[in-house]
Amino acid sequence: MVLQQHNISDNNFEQCIKCTICTVYCPVAAVNPAYPGPKQAGPDGERLRLKQASFYDDALKYCLNCKKCEVACPSNVRIGDIIQAARLKYDTNPPKLRDYVLSHTDFVGTFSTFLAPIVNKTVSFPIVKTAMDRVLSIDHRRMFPEYTSETFKQWYEKQADTQKGFSRQISYFHGCYVNYNDPQLGKDLIKVFNALGIGVQLLRKEKCCGVALIANGFITRAKKFAQVNVASLRESVITREIPVVTTSSTCTFTIRDEYPHLLDIYTGDIRDQIELATRYIYRLLNEESISFKLKSRMIKVAYHTPCHMEKLGWAYYSIELLRMIPNIELQVLHPKCCGIAGTYGFKKENYRTSQDIGASLFDEIEDDSIDYVITDCETCKWQIEMSTSRKVRHPISILAAALK
Amino acid sequence: MKFDTVIIGGGLSGLISGIYLSQHGQRCVIVSSGQSALHFSSGSFDLLNRLPDGETVNQPVTAIDKLLEQAPTHPYAKLGKEKFEVLARQAEQFFRNVDIPVYGDAEKNHYRITPMGMMRPTWLTATDFAISYEEHQLPWKKVALVNVAGFLDFYPAFLVDEFRKMGTVCEIRTFDLPKLGKRRQNPTELRSIHVARILDKMSNRNLLIASLREMSEGCDAIILPACIGLEQKDIVPFLAEKVEKPVLLLPTLPPSTVGIRIQRSLHRSFLNLGGTYMLGDNIQSGSLKEGKIREVYSQNHQDISLSGKNFILATGNYFSQGIIASKDKIYEPVFDLDVSYASDRQQWYDADLFKKQGYQEFGVATNPDFQGRYKGETIENLYVAGAILEGFNPVHQGCGGGVSLLSALHISNHILNK
Repeated sequence: MVLQQHNISDNNFEQCIKCTICTVYCPVAAVNPAYPGPKQAGPDGERLRLKQASFYDDALKYCLNCKKCEVACPSNVRIGDIIQAARLKYDTNPPKLRDYVLSHTDFVGTFSTFLAPIVNKTVSFPIVKTAMDRVLSIDHRRMFPEYTSETFKQWYEKQADTQKGFSRQISYFHGCYVNYNDPQLGKDLIKVFNALGIGVQLLRKEKCCGVALIANGFITRAKKFAQVNVASLRESVITREIPVVTTSSTCTFTIRDEYPHLLDIYTGDIRDQIELATRYIYRLLNEESISFKLKSRMIKVAYHTPCHMEKLGWAYYSIELLRMIPNIELQVLHPKCCGIAGTYGFKKENYRTSQDIGASLFDEIEDDSIDYVITDCETCKWQIEMSTSRKVRHPISILAAALK
Repeated sequence: MKFDTVIIGGGLSGLISGIYLSQHGQRCVIVSSGQSALHFSSGSFDLLNRLPDGETVNQPVTAIDKLLEQAPTHPYAKLGKEKFEVLARQAEQFFRNVDIPVYGDAEKNHYRITPMGMMRPTWLTATDFAISYEEHQLPWKKVALVNVAGFLDFYPAFLVDEFRKMGTVCEIRTFDLPKLGKRRQNPTELRSIHVARILDKMSNRNLLIASLREMSEGCDAIILPACIGLEQKDIVPFLAEKVEKPVLLLPTLPPSTVGIRIQRSLHRSFLNLGGTYMLGDNIQSGSLKEGKIREVYSQNHQDISLSGKNFILATGNYFSQGIIASKDKIYEPVFDLDVSYASDRQQWYDADLFKKQGYQEFGVATNPDFQGRYKGETIENLYVAGAILEGFNPVHQGCGGGVSLLSALHISNHILNK
């Protein structure tokens, strides 16, 4: 028997050698002294919690789940997973109504789409903001993403037949954001893939990836959604042999890695076939004799690497695709957390931390004379647009605009 | 993904070769499985402090002949005397070119001061740090040893004892800032870097200057733990100018602010030269055909490979898992390169912790140009740099920094002259 194979836990906290490197890169510990930091909250605390559950520290709720600790760890300890799993296991505080509203993105999305013009207006009224702040503890300084009156799915149904006409197909996991807030990004994706001779299908059934549910402790519901998604993904990838692309780095990361690590849902058989569209396109252009016809665009842009993108390690693909556009001036910003982390920054108690984390990134963005910030994450987009004077676009939308 | 050179490992050796090759027009990628051992840096780099037989070295360039005799597989022995000196000079210049000011030179070692107050010979030291040119004497009669209230990673009492033995009197002082109070709520997180983020703030400067001035009355110099200057690299000379006294740092327990600053500086230089840096990824395998590595595969990129004309393996030693010791063997996990180590496990370590430890000399076997071997066959385009190399004991001989720098520079020159 090889003893070493049997004395390492799933989240390998025993591999931690207490080097403290993770604490250097934790964006929360840098600005909020109430957070014990990734080493203490993760592997150190885990030893204690295994002894006795009452060692669980409520301050673990301050973790953003950005995974910067894991990216920095020289011993490959899954520090972020340890912290998130501990929250799910030990946190006994019942979720608040506010947490329900923030995390049920598809329910809220359906409702808001129906009443889009009213909702968009209403949530921008100062009095409504104050009320939400007082009653729900959703910070009044937060700006809400606008809802669309026609969802991406509704729009797509009218295109489904045209899309079937292409000999080659991919499936698209669009996520809540494209469906309810930014259908244009989904339309851009279809435009780009069609230009490559590929038709775009939607999954049989798509639910919210569940990232916000996990972050807010709605674990049963998150599992339910994950199971629906995994069944649809499997149907596409395995039964129909059609790979799946996405446009959100966080949805992608959640499905590929958080499902098995936090929800205990196996994705090993489909994981390699679920990827960001930019990675799929990069491979296509490099391995097959397919090419893009792109027109010159005299724009100056800065790419912001979302934390989950850094964890995936895939910023390279989005950046390389953007560099194909003739005359684009592209600068890569130093990968720094923007501070929003999905629903985290919307919560009143986190607002200050959230903005303090992003401050140096915002300064860097303001200092440069650029036309757009480009990023693969929708919540980074909200945060940067709210906190700087710049507009934020998705790399796929930039590519779509450059097509000849 | 196509590159001229694929560098595996983002520590000192990896970054130095990445920068040097990029400066000469190469397209390079660095893949690093996590942050490097620079995060524990003392602020100094050693070239050669002791010979394998125990003799102390004061003048590395002169001592190199004896080293070559005593340790034929030592990385310096592979370079030879002439190249050793040339590369040491090149390394000194290199640091200055990437805006990392250091003092010291390969002709003669100076002394750094450890967190325990011991004097250790060394080659290059970041200019903010306290050093001495004499082994048993400090350049000050009386110093103010100023610690941050509640900071547990620095031990003034040890320093007082050791300094007294050398005839220097210390005044221990503690200072506080309002912002530090909040930090102390979580003692486990009152680390050098967190303190530095507060001390570096412009808004705290006047308070800092006033306290230092008051606390150092009657002293020739002020000594601070290295928990300052993380974001603001010029803050220490700035304080010295305002207080009108030397302000000098001593290393703390990790994380090392100066090491992080050096890492950042090198990282930024590499990116500015157009390099691609992939952090948090692991190279898992490589394809070897006709004596050459064609491409490597990583955990994050899976089927999309990284191909290059040349590869540099700079993954460090046991700490960063560049080499791994199992019960019965020591192996290199990426390419399974030939590793030289004692087959008798008893020779791996000495029960006396402070004696020379055998395992520290084990590492990847190479030819004189640092090309690695797989089952006895040299791989012509795979170079091995830094702490992962065979034949030297960084602790006993005090030569870890030098081996990393010189091997990286030699390899880069070799690749460029191919």
